[in-house]
Amino acid sequence: MVEKVKTLMYKPERIRNIGIVAHIDHGKTTLSDNLLAGAGMISEELAGKQLFLDFYELEQIRGITINAANVSMVHEFEGEEYLINLIDTPGHVDFGGDVTRAMRAVDGAIVVVDAVEGVMPQTETVLRQALRENVKPVLFINKIDRMINELKVDKEEMQKRLAKVIASVNNLIRSMNKEKYEAGWRVDPTNGSVAFGSALYNWAISVPWMQKSGIGFNEVYNYCQKNNMKELAKLCPLHKVVLNMVVKHLPNPIEAQRDRLKVIWKGDFESDVAKSMMSCDPEGPVAFMITDIDVDPHAGEVATGRLFSGTLRRGMELYILGTNKVNRVQQVGVYMGPERIEVEEIPAGNIAAVVGLRDAIVGTTATTEPEMTPFEEIRHTSEPVVTIAVEAENTKDLPRLIEVLRQISKEDPTVKVEINEETGEHLISGMGELHLEIITHKIRVDKGIPITTSPPIVVYRETVMGQAGPVEGKSPNRHNRFYITVEPLENKVVELIRSGEISMKTPEGERRRILEEAGMDKEEARNVVDLYEGNAFLNMTKGIQHLQEAMELILEGFHEAVRGGPLAREPVIGMKVKLVDVKLHEDAVHRGPAQVIPAVRSAIFAAMLSDKPTILEPLQKLFITVPQQYLGAVTREIQSRRGQILEMEQEGEMITVKALAPVAEMFGFAGDIRSATEGRALWATEHGGFAPVPQNMQDEVVLKIRERKGLKLEIPKASDYMSL
Amino acid sequence: MLIFIGMGLYNEKDISIKGFEAVKNADVVYVEFYTHKGAWSLERLNDFFGREVKELKREDLEERAEEIIGEARDKNVIILSGGDAMVSTTHVDLRIRAKRMGVETKVIHASSIISAIPGLTGLQNYRFGKSATVVYPYFINGRKILPETPYNVVLENLRNDAHTMLFLDIREKCMTIGEAVEILLEIDRKRDKILSGKLAIGVARAGSEDALVIADVIEKLKNYDFGDPPHTLVIPASLHVIEEEYIKEVIGASLR
Ligand SMILES: Nc1nc2c(ncn2[C@@H]2O[C@H](COP(=O)(O)OP(=O)(O)O)[C@@H](O)[C@H]2O)c(=O)[nH]1
Repeated sequence: MVEKVKTLMYKPERIRNIGIVAHIDHGKTTLSDNLLAGAGMISEELAGKQLFLDFYELEQIRGITINAANVSMVHEFEGEEYLINLIDTPGHVDFGGDVTRAMRAVDGAIVVVDAVEGVMPQTETVLRQALRENVKPVLFINKIDRMINELKVDKEEMQKRLAKVIASVNNLIRSMNKEKYEAGWRVDPTNGSVAFGSALYNWAISVPWMQKSGIGFNEVYNYCQKNNMKELAKLCPLHKVVLNMVVKHLPNPIEAQRDRLKVIWKGDFESDVAKSMMSCDPEGPVAFMITDIDVDPHAGEVATGRLFSGTLRRGMELYILGTNKVNRVQQVGVYMGPERIEVEEIPAGNIAAVVGLRDAIVGTTATTEPEMTPFEEIRHTSEPVVTIAVEAENTKDLPRLIEVLRQISKEDPTVKVEINEETGEHLISGMGELHLEIITHKIRVDKGIPITTSPPIVVYRETVMGQAGPVEGKSPNRHNRFYITVEPLENKVVELIRSGEISMKTPEGERRRILEEAGMDKEEARNVVDLYEGNAFLNMTKGIQHLQEAMELILEGFHEAVRGGPLAREPVIGMKVKLVDVKLHEDAVHRGPAQVIPAVRSAIFAAMLSDKPTILEPLQKLFITVPQQYLGAVTREIQSRRGQILEMEQEGEMITVKALAPVAEMFGFAGDIRSATEGRALWATEHGGFAPVPQNMQDEVVLKIRERKGLKLEIPKASDYMSL
Repeated sequence: MLIFIGMGLYNEKDISIKGFEAVKNADVVYVEFYTHKGAWSLERLNDFFGREVKELKREDLEERAEEIIGEARDKNVIILSGGDAMVSTTHVDLRIRAKRMGVETKVIHASSIISAIPGLTGLQNYRFGKSATVVYPYFINGRKILPETPYNVVLENLRNDAHTMLFLDIREKCMTIGEAVEILLEIDRKRDKILSGKLAIGVARAGSEDALVIADVIEKLKNYDFGDPPHTLVIPASLHVIEEEYIKEVIGASLR
């Protein structure tokens, strides 16, 4: 098997790099496990336990180190062998960032949809992430057995329902990426880009398979009714049907790179490295994008990613773009089943695991070309809204905990970690209560460090609603003056920055055009010198001596103000800061960081506090499906949490409620909704943006945060930040 | 009254007699060491003046300025600085603020590096252009930022055929002539490539008994050990005949 993998990796036309995406509980894990088992990469018995991609337990059972995120398998189709690299994507939308970065490494995705539940909100989210990265989808409709045996629908009704699922997936594809939809990305059962089956019982069918085997919906229906799953699994093995679909309909790396490069890389298409990536050339310069970092107790940090060009070899030196550092490759490996095996070299088009890239973090580009344009930053669709404090229970674990936390923030860029070596109380921020639970579980169980955690705390945002300034900011020595105004940033621009669609890396002309289209004034768009965390900084001055030299420090002052605003030191969002005039000291020694940074920060604070400073709270979108008789209970639960019902949709006996509620009120929701509905509610959440805290609550919220952070227990005023 | 007193070039004995007497008679005496480096220390000053002298850090003087000026409303408060009190400091702002607060101020002058340098190097004071400080790079989020102002000043002066006096940064440590040369050459390599091979003069401990002056090709200045601070670096423009004679014969440089 090892030999096969080693041979196939040199034949890009025989490689498929894929991911499986699904709404939670639709069967992604079960499908992954059974595909691996079917392909002979793990024992079927183990797959039966459905633990495969659940790394902690399995690690214990087998006593070996495996990588949770990446597995490879060999599949035979029409007499040829193919190497299929499967990247795991996390199963909860709390991990939006994780899903997106897995998408960067793959060229195709199997979208799993539960036949009974149909398309759900997270199906939509993950599909959008795939299409945005030009990752081609195929559809697997799962749990057909439930439809037959539990819902007991008849044959005709089954066909109808399945057609409805396919239609809604196609509607999504069309609305998200019309161009691709028209170019043939529509999923279609007749050509075999849709398969139906039961991941749990290990069987699947597709139109091409029906034609070959003579097993169609009729037969499946009958076998299911007789509950003869074993027989069905022999006649239509899940892995064959699904992997045939993958090989036939998902692109190989050569085709995919040609098609995807323009959306994931914004460099010069005439350059050598571009040409080499376009043709997936193993002889070209190395271009390696890191999508995952993991720790292996033996080898240390392992960086996994997609090699778009060149060949990775042990001993090679790679530039880690954005760090000025060069790292030496100590080991290169590919995945064989779940295990990482060391090889001499890995050519372009593959998923590679590299040891030795010490300075890399998830999302960085490693290359032999120091001047190469890095890959587009991986876009995170959500951002941290909940924080907990963690502390090691035993003093002896203090240093290890810090190391583990650093590791976690490297592995998952959607997690923010603040380390406080003095107090030993560290802060972890994530995208929801569950996200943080999983992280603390990882620290306790996986890393074996007993920790205590605080109750979760909501992360608010600060912004301005009014227009204020110019305010004069003076440096501590008063020889430098900064004149600053603040106002709300156009909503559309905020969205574009946060989704990563525009940044300072976007070429200037294009950036200006996008900003203007989003509603920014032409003159302003030309003067944008920084876009940071949903805020913009504009330099409206002209011809000021030494300004260039001071600009980095000015922007650092802006960043500091954004990282913690004046009201409660919560992150600032949606603010446009304009520098309208500057006076600088002649000598560089009197306008260093200690002078410029605080001056700019105070000027921004004073301006913000001058007109309608506002606290925003994060919201969560809720999707709750319950039998009708519980509707009243659900509505009560939502309303008691300052929630707002947006929509209700009825299907048969079930009703789905869409609502929006503040994260601050959502703690403990899982337990409450369970008891209110006697466990009959199916529910999911998604990030729902931010909204101003109700006016009458703002002061209270501000003071509560200030108290927690040990800040002065007063609502701050503009004059606090203006010196005479 | 708020009185700014320069302590002169190198140690406590460089203060003027006027300054010395003012210190003796003052109500409160502060000293700041962050704008100039010399051989003074709090202990030496306490001993020498036979009275208490309190140190002000940069943050104190910047953040507590109002308090200190207020103190001078009905007391004689002194702020001591190395060199001449208003040269290469930002204290002029304190005088403005004192004026606004209705507090009188006065300056008692002392010798300054500005006038010592022509004396030690033989370069005519008429021929100096703008001066500047060579600063250490800053690191902002791991990114190195190296201000190029001192280099720009040298270039502009050379264009005007004027000499440049370069002061060296004081952070946790005092920049040495070797470090300053290294920084200027680093910028020069990225920029106009004109400094390499030029004559430069290093001056250490001006005003002390063991003041050291060395003139050589700029790269070679890195090879000398100039000893304790403070250090100053001079980049001469073309030399007048008298300047050249002095450098050759008094400083003892072998000029080609
Ligand atoms: N009846 C039935 N149950 C299934 C099927 N596939 C998965 N399940 C069950 O659905 C639940 C969720 O599956 P899992 O693979 O963990 O979903 P994930 O959250 O998408 O990874 C588990 O209890 C599975 O046993 C199927 O084809 N038929």
